[in-house]
Amino acid sequence: MMQNRYMMVLLAAIFLAGSGVAQAEETFWQWMANPWREKEVQPVTNKLYQEECSACHLAYQPGLLPSKSWEKLLTEEALSDHFGDDASLDADALKEIKDYALENAADKSFHKRSRKIALATRDVEAPLRITEVRYIKRKHHEIPEKMIKGNKDVKSLSFCNACHTRAKEGIYDNDTVKIPNYPDWED
Amino acid sequence: MKKLYTAMVLVGAMVMVSTAWATPATDELFTRYQSEGAKNFDAKRGGDNWVKKVKGEEAEMMSCQTCHSEDLTKQGKHHKTGKVIEPMAPSVNAERFTDVKKIEKWFKRNCKDVLARECTSQEKGDYLKFLLSK
Repeated sequence: MMQNRYMMVLLAAIFLAGSGVAQAEETFWQWMANPWREKEVQPVTNKLYQEECSACHLAYQPGLLPSKSWEKLLTEEALSDHFGDDASLDADALKEIKDYALENAADKSFHKRSRKIALATRDVEAPLRITEVRYIKRKHHEIPEKMIKGNKDVKSLSFCNACHTRAKEGIYDNDTVKIPNYPDWED
Repeated sequence: MKKLYTAMVLVGAMVMVSTAWATPATDELFTRYQSEGAKNFDAKRGGDNWVKKVKGEEAEMMSCQTCHSEDLTKQGKHHKTGKVIEPMAPSVNAERFTDVKKIEKWFKRNCKDVLARECTSQEKGDYLKFLLSK
């Protein structure tokens, strides 16, 4: 009898730990081994990066993609057709922006969300869009389409700051989410 | 009396000239475009090109106005990202056309986005003349 109960507890523990890992994309030991963890995503600290990227869209923090993605996105050729738009930079600006992105990419960061993005993209081909990252997809998948695509004040999952009111500061937690036209949505 | 008349004409002419804006940056660019073979920059031609609709990359018709709005003294909006674009008219936005590198950067990008090619020096000079008159 005692042994049975022991087994039950053990099984439950394994089950919980297992599901925890699947959810967090990081093992318990990886989590324990990292005492420098910080919350959220490192905000942008480079002035040129901020200025140039935010000229057209939210200056997505480098910690939202792994370095292998920034390597692909931030070349002269790639920028001349940046998701359909020409976003060319001169050579000096491009170098500074690329260096900054690579130094602060998700896989170089100790920020919690960046770690999760790094792990979610470690074994797959470099995503070009933040919205292709498995972790980001999973975090949003239960939100009905009408609240994002069908929402005239959101339109696409790419517009982080349409709902994440503190996206500019690198803060993406549930408490700071406000979906336009759906004030009552609770995650 | 004749002197006074001449003075009035002169002052009037100066006022008329000064309604078009100019900055050291635009002076530099006009000189550069001329050295590249362009001449007689024309605000009217620039304005016609500005509103001319051409087929964009996704088959929709677009012009400069698609993002910069029809009233250059008002804010515009990027057609894809929705990012607010500050007014282009120097009469309401003194920051416009003060930085040669910035002007050239955006000519390069936006000409390619709308026309699918870079603009010629003539076209750029015409656009500048047109925008500076706003």
